[in-house]
Amino acid sequence: MSTATATHDDHHDHGPAKGLMRWVTTTNHKDIGTLYLLFALVMFFVGGAMAMVIRAELFQPGLQVVDPQFFNSMTTVHALVMIFGAVMPAFTGLANWLIPMMIGAPDMALPRMNNFSFWILPFAFSLLLSTFFMAGGGPAAGWTLYPPLSLQMGDGFPFMIFAIHLAGISSIMGSINIVVTILNMRAPGMTLMKMPLFVWTWLITAYLLIATMPVLAGAVTMLLTDKFAGTSFFSAAGGGDPVMYQHIFWFFGHPEVYILILPAFGIISAIVPTFARKPLFGYSSMVYATASIAFLSFIVWAHHMFTVGMPVVGELFFMYATMMIAVPTGVKVFNWVSTMWKGAMTFETPMLFAVGFIMMFTIGGFSGLMLAIAPADFQYHDTYFVVAHFHYVLVTGAIYSIMAATYYWLPKWTGNMYDEKLGKLHFWISTVSVNVLFFPQHFLGLAGMPRRIPDYSVQFTDWNVVSSIGGFVFGVSQLMFVWIIVKAIRGGEKASDQVWEGADGLEWTLPSPPPYHTFTEAPQVK
Amino acid sequence: MRKLRELAGLASAFLGATVTTAQADYGLLNMRVGVTETSKSVYELHMIIFWVCCAIGVVVFGAMIWSMIHHRKSKGAVAAQFHESTTMEILWTVVPIVILVSMAIPATTTLLAMEDTSNADMTIKVTGLQWKWKYDYVDGEAAGVSFVSSLHPKHNEARLLGADVDLSQFGDQYLLDVDNPLVIPTGQKVRFLLTAADVIHAWWVPDLGWKKDAIPGFVNEAWTKVDEPGVYRGQCAELCGKDHGFMPIVVIAKAPEDYAKWVSEQQASIAAANASADREWTMDELMAKGEQVYTTSCAACHQANGQGLPPTFPAIAGSAIATGEPDAHIGLVLNGKAGTAMAAYRDVLNDVDLAAVLTYQRNAFGNSASAIQPAAVKAAR
Amino acid sequence: MAHTNDHYYVPHGSHWPIVASVALTVGVVGAANWFNGNASGQAILYLGLAMVAFMMFGWFGTVINESLKGMYNEQVDRSFRQGMMWFIFSEVMFFAAFFGALFYARVLSVPWLLGEDLSTHQTLWSAFGENWPTNGPGNVGGDFQTIGAWGIPAINTLLLLTSGVTITLSHWALKANDKGKTVLWLIATVALGSVFLGFQAYEYVHAYSDLNLTLESGIYGSTFFMLTGFHGMHVTLGTIMLIVITIRAAKGHFSPEQHFAFEGVAWYWHFVDVVWLGLFIFVYVL
Ligand code: HEA
Ligand code: HEA
Ligand code: HEC
Ligand code: CUA
Ligand SMILES: [Cu+2]
Repeated sequence: MSTATATHDDHHDHGPAKGLMRWVTTTNHKDIGTLYLLFALVMFFVGGAMAMVIRAELFQPGLQVVDPQFFNSMTTVHALVMIFGAVMPAFTGLANWLIPMMIGAPDMALPRMNNFSFWILPFAFSLLLSTFFMAGGGPAAGWTLYPPLSLQMGDGFPFMIFAIHLAGISSIMGSINIVVTILNMRAPGMTLMKMPLFVWTWLITAYLLIATMPVLAGAVTMLLTDKFAGTSFFSAAGGGDPVMYQHIFWFFGHPEVYILILPAFGIISAIVPTFARKPLFGYSSMVYATASIAFLSFIVWAHHMFTVGMPVVGELFFMYATMMIAVPTGVKVFNWVSTMWKGAMTFETPMLFAVGFIMMFTIGGFSGLMLAIAPADFQYHDTYFVVAHFHYVLVTGAIYSIMAATYYWLPKWTGNMYDEKLGKLHFWISTVSVNVLFFPQHFLGLAGMPRRIPDYSVQFTDWNVVSSIGGFVFGVSQLMFVWIIVKAIRGGEKASDQVWEGADGLEWTLPSPPPYHTFTEAPQVK
Repeated sequence: MRKLRELAGLASAFLGATVTTAQADYGLLNMRVGVTETSKSVYELHMIIFWVCCAIGVVVFGAMIWSMIHHRKSKGAVAAQFHESTTMEILWTVVPIVILVSMAIPATTTLLAMEDTSNADMTIKVTGLQWKWKYDYVDGEAAGVSFVSSLHPKHNEARLLGADVDLSQFGDQYLLDVDNPLVIPTGQKVRFLLTAADVIHAWWVPDLGWKKDAIPGFVNEAWTKVDEPGVYRGQCAELCGKDHGFMPIVVIAKAPEDYAKWVSEQQASIAAANASADREWTMDELMAKGEQVYTTSCAACHQANGQGLPPTFPAIAGSAIATGEPDAHIGLVLNGKAGTAMAAYRDVLNDVDLAAVLTYQRNAFGNSASAIQPAAVKAAR
Repeated sequence: MAHTNDHYYVPHGSHWPIVASVALTVGVVGAANWFNGNASGQAILYLGLAMVAFMMFGWFGTVINESLKGMYNEQVDRSFRQGMMWFIFSEVMFFAAFFGALFYARVLSVPWLLGEDLSTHQTLWSAFGENWPTNGPGNVGGDFQTIGAWGIPAINTLLLLTSGVTITLSHWALKANDKGKTVLWLIATVALGSVFLGFQAYEYVHAYSDLNLTLESGIYGSTFFMLTGFHGMHVTLGTIMLIVITIRAAKGHFSPEQHFAFEGVAWYWHFVDVVWLGLFIFVYVL
């Protein structure tokens, strides 16, 4: 690593520009990180509001609130917004804030492009949401957009496709930036195997993104030409196959779900050692496990398609490969538990969310393993059992890790401690309600309730009522989260540089809040 | 400490809930055991994996909870500083692999059995359409029998937005009842050929133990053998548009004698229909039959009042096609319109039904145009 | 050339990214309207494209200026290079999706329709008996003929392979600080690329007007035109980039030590080249 010190085009001005334009033109990794995080929070509420519509309609059998077409578009856009608008940008925001601070870099490697990656997003999601106001309404074919159904969409169709293209461009550029920052901007002495796990997991996540987002772009481009240019990719009459779309989609889609969880693994691997006051157990096996998960994620995609009628050898292959993922993921869980073992633990809010993550993610992982068993998946597939599975890994997995990260680093970002009492309350209300929300969905799925339906037979009523109540409580309790963040931004007990007794890493050597330009002189890492 | 207990309590609540799940064989907590060999082995597989996961969960969560209780700073715990153990790492890589392999073996056997559609006694072709199923008996004593099966009209009224109908009258069959159920004989291996006319659907009856996608342009195979006479209900399980939630499946398994009786009834009505296709129909007959066909086959999109749901689904009332040249109208409905939700009805409805529904469209909702006779439809095919 | 700064350069605020976002949005809104058959769509699309071009001039202009001022040290240069490599990797994956579609159709879906999946063939497409090249059992788009590999496509292969050589010769000349030869070989590369595009355009016209081979010719037409079309778009882009660096080379922007832009374009050109080889083999020859 040669030099890692920084200069700027204007040597006199070292603070941010003023006003709105600061945010529009910024090239500063912290500003951009903040923008990403705020955008993600807004999108979480947009997607969550749609989830509330879903839960309200499913509160009782019969149709009370929305018509079936609108219900389907709620399901579809809820998922698109949550995945591409909330979780991914939140992780990218964390990467922006933290990676330069963790590796001792002055900023991200390509700061202007960094700004570009962010600012495409509001435009992309405006396009997506604008389809609701067009003839034919919003997308309603599920977030997987399977043809031929997705091709039946009205005027919004090309807008939705282009929104996905734009969000994809944003992710690819964001990821290139992250990979290059990590590979090129580390402070002297920061070897790869000394990097914090959050940096490692993001390195691998970014690689997955660069490898798979273009494939999604290709898939939706083929949808576009099938609809408007007369191509026959997904039509048997022309020699194509609707199932071909599913293969291409899931070649992206399965790595995508690990994109949504690997950074979470990194966050948990930072928080657990801090509050156990004990070094992370099995650092290098964590790195290898992450890499194995990434590798395996490319060869398991068709477990989403066990019922499409693949040749049986294909089904067997994808079943075995999918089951293998439990091994490296297990290594991670065991390492976290071993880190806690014989530690000296305290349970501040970040740790509560981390512990909640480990338990509930594992429950989600178990149901994933059940889904991996192809013959059993013939029963589970497209039921609420799958919905329960992925909300355990996404909500109590990805979202919980983001909340844990927010509580953990908020004092560093703002310089103020958040309200610990409220934080703990937020955790407990969320954890109880989220289980009331999603655990009964296992029962519903097993009892035979399909997913993506606006109305159901009366014997499913009880658990749907329970689930909806859990959903409303969980939704409302997220308002606490916002309140706690606002409160910490506006003031509060001053945080020390170290913030947490057991915290370890370069970011904790910086003042809280850190200066506008992070490491103008590269730190020496021993 | 109190919070810790709460946490532990919560964890055991999970386990408690899951254990009850396991004990209730039927009912609304666990997978249905079903009525076929297949469904039973799938259920067993499900329970094995379930218990394996529970066992691993007890070990992992047990260790975690134990250390959360005993290794707390407030209890004076001092952190150890170990951070590696090759033995442990190897152990917890190898043990899960062994567990997984031992789970893969029964899974493989079951899967191979499920995919073996050879030596079937009879074959039924199942076609998914937005939003109904069409069944064709390909061979066997019922060869030639063919009908469309859609959500029962009573349920169809009750499910409308704001319908305000008392749903308890339907018992636990709300949305799970059809006008024409599929009938199969018990004790025979029935092979299904699944396909679709418009978008992807999936045919799923939980009690039979599997679901399989019905894909336009391709045919998937599956099979079942039901030994118990009975009524088994299911639903379309792949999102197929607006009324995906409203395309149920009802399978009635009948003892061979009863089945034979049902077949002869069906064949009698086919013969009657064929005979009637050759004669001239009166306007009233066509309109009466047409309304019936329209309600079950077309109203989902074009709406009962013929106004459609523009811009997605055009109105029939005042439509240039539905009031214009008969040939264009017949052609559109026979062949559908590629790239839209308007499917080809060539193989779905017979000549009489088509003639009736076309005539109805031409003369209902304020439209007024010539009637269409079955013979005209036949000629246009 | 000014002195090379020894510090990592972090630019202050820039308005180009937001211009870029707006430009892209205008472009896709235009395209979407156009697809939906709205009269104004095309005009909006062109407006968006013009904005993109304007943005590119501005943004790259800024970067070139900074580079000429010597504000970039070796590490910045490395960031650019690595960024370019990953960008090319993402492009490779984009093409992979379309190659995947081609392989899927040839290895799986068409053989299935032909009878490898017996029930599909017998139940639905029993009249279908045409292996690759095919427009499917529905004879979508009508009968068509294909373009043989050993005419223009083979010549095009030679052209692109040669252009890979000429750009390398140019690079060597640049390293030897021979500006004249650098520019000369670059011009040769641009010429080869342009001739390639000319042939490709001729071939498309021929396909549409004489062979009835169109984008709508079933799966063959779909994969043929999407693969060669996206490749052609990349060659066009590459040629424009080559023209830009030819001008810059003539202006003396590059030094034997520092010439990221040159190398970035050269890599891109090689990538386009390799994709063509894949196309030639899998689309034309096999
Ligand atoms: C963050 C996202 C995320 C993550 C991490 C996972 C993780 C896993 N998922 Fe999940 N999945 C989704 C998101 C995710 N999934 C989504 C969104 C869908 C639905 C998409 C849609 O259709 O809309 C889905 C659907 C889905 C399906 C398709 C279901 C269907 O439609 O029929 C399957 C099938 O195999 C599956 C399997 C798995 C497996 C095996 C894992 C494994 O990675 C889990 C591994 C973890 C563990 C097993 C627990 C910890 C391990 C131990 C404690 C070690 C010991 C354990 C054993 C040996 C058992 N998932
Ligand atoms: C990261 C991804 C993510 C996240 C965070 C969530 C979060 C939630 N999801 Fe979602 N979901 C998906 C990803 C996600 N989901 C995916 C991929 C699908 C599949 C889609 C498909 O089939 O195509 C899906 C589908 C899905 C379904 C099935 C729909 C169907 O099959 O028809 C349901 C049903 O209950 C559901 C519910 C919820 C709920 C209640 C939350 C809650 O956690 C949300 C909580 C948040 C809020 C509520 C917002 C905050 C609060 C306010 C807005 C204040 C106001 C509150 C009130 C008025 C009460 N989701
Ligand atoms: C799944 C939805 C769906 C069903 C069910 C359906 N249609 Fe249609 N129909 C459509 C759509 C969509 C169009 C518009 C096609 C287009 O874009 O031209 C259409 C168009 C038509 C038109 C032309 C109207 C016009 O003026 O353009 C007629 C006539 C018609 N359908 C008759 C029928 C008949 C008869 C049936 C039942 C036997 C039927 N449809 C069932 C979706 C459906
Ligand atoms: Cu048919 Cu869902
Ligand atoms: Cu997956």
